[in-house]
Amino acid sequence: MATHVAPSVEADGTPRKGRAVRLSGRDRIALALMVGLPLIVVGGLIWFPTFASIALSFTSWDGIGGITTAKWIGTENYQQVATIYPGFWPAVRHNLIWLGYLTLVATPFGLFLAYQLDKEIRGSRFYQSVFFLPVVLSFAIIGFIVQLVYSPTQGLVNGIFGSNTDWLGDPSINLWAVLVLVGWRHAGYIMILYLAGLKAIDPALREAAAIDGAGEWHSFRTVVFPALRPINIVIVVVTVIEALRAFDIVYLVNKGRNGLELLSILVTNNIIGEASRIGYGSAIAVILIAVSIIPIIVFVWNSFQESEQA
Amino acid sequence: MTTLTAAEDTRPVRKRPLSPSRIVLHAFLIITALLWLAPVAWAVFTSFRPYADTAKNGYVSFPHSLSLVNYRTAWSQADIPLHFWNSMIITLPAIVLILLFAASVAYVVSRFSFWFNVPLLIFFMAANLLPQQVIITPVYEMYLRIHLPTWLSESGLAYDSFIGLIAINVAFQTGFCTFVLSNYMKTLPKSLTEAARVDGASVTRQFFGIIMPLCKPAFAALAVLEFTWIYNDFFWAVVLMSSGDKRPITSSLTSLSGQYFTDNNLIAAASVLVALPTIMVFALLQRQFISGLTLGATKE
Repeated sequence: MATHVAPSVEADGTPRKGRAVRLSGRDRIALALMVGLPLIVVGGLIWFPTFASIALSFTSWDGIGGITTAKWIGTENYQQVATIYPGFWPAVRHNLIWLGYLTLVATPFGLFLAYQLDKEIRGSRFYQSVFFLPVVLSFAIIGFIVQLVYSPTQGLVNGIFGSNTDWLGDPSINLWAVLVLVGWRHAGYIMILYLAGLKAIDPALREAAAIDGAGEWHSFRTVVFPALRPINIVIVVVTVIEALRAFDIVYLVNKGRNGLELLSILVTNNIIGEASRIGYGSAIAVILIAVSIIPIIVFVWNSFQESEQA
Repeated sequence: MTTLTAAEDTRPVRKRPLSPSRIVLHAFLIITALLWLAPVAWAVFTSFRPYADTAKNGYVSFPHSLSLVNYRTAWSQADIPLHFWNSMIITLPAIVLILLFAASVAYVVSRFSFWFNVPLLIFFMAANLLPQQVIITPVYEMYLRIHLPTWLSESGLAYDSFIGLIAINVAFQTGFCTFVLSNYMKTLPKSLTEAARVDGASVTRQFFGIIMPLCKPAFAALAVLEFTWIYNDFFWAVVLMSSGDKRPITSSLTSLSGQYFTDNNLIAAASVLVALPTIMVFALLQRQFISGLTLGATKE
């Protein structure tokens, strides 16, 4: 039993600055469990599958029978995905459009809303709730709202304008129709993150942010925006990840076909679709990993630089 | 630690005459707010109209009758109570586990200086940022091969079980909460736990007795967010749950859209029903929401 020695050992074994805190056996076990259990869960269900995806992408495996039936085929899956898989390049293009739209339209608009609402303004809390409303709705529900708004015969848009455009069926416009509602949700999300950031900066800077009219843009650009660097990084990462994760709305609209192909959907279709082509799906997943690793590194790198400065 | 919130603004609103630029701003905000509410208002409006009314007069028309009939049909036809219960079975235990796991790791990282602190945080944070589809293939295959006793899972597998969905949600979300909580705990004075340590309090006592109670605001904010995210999850449930009657509510909605014929009024009513819990949770905890959310290092 190591419990009863703990006080005296720790009391004089704890120097002011030195980190050599002596831990009793029981404390060691407690700490090991506190770190170990989450480590096993996250390691087993996130990181192991991540590396397994990478390994599987170099094999041909139909998922039937043991993993031993998987054959190593090198980069063949990647070659096929890039050359003969019909959905791949459209999906890449759609994910890029998605990302471009979020970066250039939805995120700046969310930032703009946050900046305006951070001024001393009447009804600010009401506006915040309204703009945040779509964020608490699931993408699945937004997928339904998309259909209510765009249905060719029963939808709001055609009803108002008397048009009979098939907004979701026409592959030249359906992506944009969906993106309008994606931006509707994304802007509210960005707004709330930015408001949290704006509130956390120096009040003197917020005074600068509260100026109306002339010089407002200047004070924002030179004072407020740079001070928001930590939150800006969060925003960039959130935007990129959201663009890569895009799935639910499109899955509900038409399972990602006909102008709405997305990488995430191609992965899913390859494993739960008619034919399970594990290697194929994994190759596309690895391409997603490769792209998402960039914002992840940026984010992690910046977080730790900040914590060193703090 | 700044506790100012977006939702709760403590600054007094100074009375001042409305300048022209303020009038423009208000006009802009009102128009934007109306546009913002339009899709939801449209869904609510549609949900109250009987199908016959919209079939005869069109959707964009003056309503001749309003009723709750769609709600009644959705409630029974989509088995709303059952699926809502399924959502709770998954969401609530997941939130408790996530917060416990995240707080444990955050405590270790913020109160001790082990060499592995930084790699550990990266391990957890990066896991949360990966797109879900990146890991789904192996997770799906693993779940088909993990056998569980039948009292844990009716299917006898991790696949198609509540415990499987809870586990994947916990694994996926722990990283985000670890990030927020470790930032939060770093703002709590070191002297608190040092004093306790001198008094001989064990690590578990320091954790449960001192740190956990102080983190209540952060827990409240994270619980709201996690409730929304897990309750709203669609992807894991669609891929990892095959029995329709075990699906959580968000993914069970797909059963309402028929292959050839879709009753939009019915879907609108079901969507409103499904959205109500998250809207209510957010409305109730709005004040705590942002105050506990510490993103990135904030200045004290």
